[in-house]
Amino acid sequence: MANKKPIVEMKNIEKHFGSVIALAGVSLDVYPGECHCLLGDNGAGKSTFIKALAGVHTPTRGEIYFDGKPMHFDNPRDPIIAGIATVYQDLAMIPLMSVARNFFMGNEPVRRVGPFQFFDHDRANRVTMEEMRKLGINLRGPDQAVGTLSGGERQTVAIARAVYFGAKVLILDEPTSALGVRQTSNVLATVDKVRKQGVAVVLITHSVRHALAVGDRFTVLNRGKTLGTALRGEITPEELQDMMAGGQSLAALEESLGGTI
Amino acid sequence: MPDATAAASGDERIKKRSRFREALIRPELGGIAGTIVVFALFLLFAHDSGMFSSQGVMNWSQVSAQFMIIAVGACLLMIAGEFDLSVGSMIGFAGMMIAIFGVTLGWPMWLAILTTLAMTLAIGALNGLIVVRTGLPSFIVTLALLFILRGFTIFLPQLIERKTIIGGIKEAAEGDWLAPLFGGKILTGLFQWMGEIGLISTFERGTRAGQPVVDGIPMLIVWALGLVIFGQVLLTKTRFGNWIFAAGGDAQAARYTGVPVSRVKILMFIFTAFCATVFATCQVMEFGSAGADRGLLKEFEAIIAVVIGGALLTGGYGSVIGAALGALIFGVVQQGLFFAGVESSLFRVFLGVILLFAVILNTYIRRMITGER
Repeated sequence: MANKKPIVEMKNIEKHFGSVIALAGVSLDVYPGECHCLLGDNGAGKSTFIKALAGVHTPTRGEIYFDGKPMHFDNPRDPIIAGIATVYQDLAMIPLMSVARNFFMGNEPVRRVGPFQFFDHDRANRVTMEEMRKLGINLRGPDQAVGTLSGGERQTVAIARAVYFGAKVLILDEPTSALGVRQTSNVLATVDKVRKQGVAVVLITHSVRHALAVGDRFTVLNRGKTLGTALRGEITPEELQDMMAGGQSLAALEESLGGTI
Repeated sequence: MPDATAAASGDERIKKRSRFREALIRPELGGIAGTIVVFALFLLFAHDSGMFSSQGVMNWSQVSAQFMIIAVGACLLMIAGEFDLSVGSMIGFAGMMIAIFGVTLGWPMWLAILTTLAMTLAIGALNGLIVVRTGLPSFIVTLALLFILRGFTIFLPQLIERKTIIGGIKEAAEGDWLAPLFGGKILTGLFQWMGEIGLISTFERGTRAGQPVVDGIPMLIVWALGLVIFGQVLLTKTRFGNWIFAAGGDAQAARYTGVPVSRVKILMFIFTAFCATVFATCQVMEFGSAGADRGLLKEFEAIIAVVIGGALLTGGYGSVIGAALGALIFGVVQQGLFFAGVESSLFRVFLGVILLFAVILNTYIRRMITGER
């Protein structure tokens, strides 16, 4: 990994909301084909940090480099055009619309007939089925409404959509937080497949187990500060858990609960 | 798509849905079923009332076509997630402006129509701009426009002509090139011929003796069919149609993926205004006069037709064909009750009942689509 260049570098990002310092100098870099997990407890600043990269918040201080070039994201469109896609918890999916219509929403393929342009439904349906099958989802048909899909399947549609439309960096905001065991493993498997296609993944989670399942590197945020980045194999789940809790050992608590967290 | 079905059968947990349920989750279902029921009932109980003679058919076709014209605009706007309650007032206003420009001011009729159209489209854009910019519910914004436009429609002719009805439009439109596009009839030759061979009855006495009782298809019906086809193709076959669904389904989600939601909504408000103006122009050309009370309650009738046609009041789901069928049901029942000699106030009872049924059916269909319980 040392011989490759990071696709995204974020250096000393600070974000102040009035008198609240949400982020006090956080740095992170991601390489192509890597899954970089951003861990932290609720309120640690994970979402604020990632929204700076997604163009939702403009950082108060700090720099963002994409492919070695400094970037200034003022709105959510800029990063998307650059190739940074964010899959939010609320997914940007419309339950009443079909999977194919959702998949191509905003990027509809068109077919010319004389002076008119028509939505190329055949192509949209074919591509949707193909892309979903690649990620292991068998749809009843491309006209199936997104509302009938499970939470994990919806995540997969959102991920597949982002990758299909050329995302080089994929930000996943707590993709597993609302999912069951089986669906979680499906989503993590999807992350793994996407990473192997050379996409850089930033996975935000507060589950150490999910992070360790797919992560290559781990950055822990606590109270707006980073507690360092660790490589896979260099750190134990217990250490990660302790870092997320702010360095206080959970050992005492863990003992009384019989090692269940 | 054979490969798609092969993939779909790969998962044993996906239940095969029955044809019936498959057919049920189409937005047009309510409209199709309603149309069949309504025609069956009237054929059964009112077949000898003259309702299905050529004159009778033309009568309810024209009424239905009126509803269709405004229903298409209301349908696309509702799918885009907004309402326009100013449609009825817009109809009155547009008709009155044509009369004031064309009769009182004596402009050529084509100029009066085009100027009025420019004004109403601008008002539609204003409706949309206010809704999009302020984020207020379109219900309130267009309710305000309902009163503002109606107020002007009553005030202006009183100020200028000291009356609330301006006539003489037919005379003013004589020889105009644009007016026949709204007030004319097509296929008159065909109907003449059908009258001659006895396919449709002819007048036996009077100045029009020998002419067929129905002498052509009014442009009103041509506009209605044209707008329905345009709306249906736009909604289901173009990328803009996908944006209409997306804007109404979840505006925030649509924005995330780059759909120009504000533009879509404003354009749909403009289109609704366009439909209202077409309605008004056809109406003043037919009646030859503009009245300050024209178009009263039309906004609600349009919305009811759209809801009967399967669209969700919350946006993001619906069908233009469904809305057109809703308008057809509307027209057939309204005129059919008249032909059948039923007290016309009962039409309102019917409307309320069918509206309630339609909304309940739509909610049920929505739950089936989204898998909510």
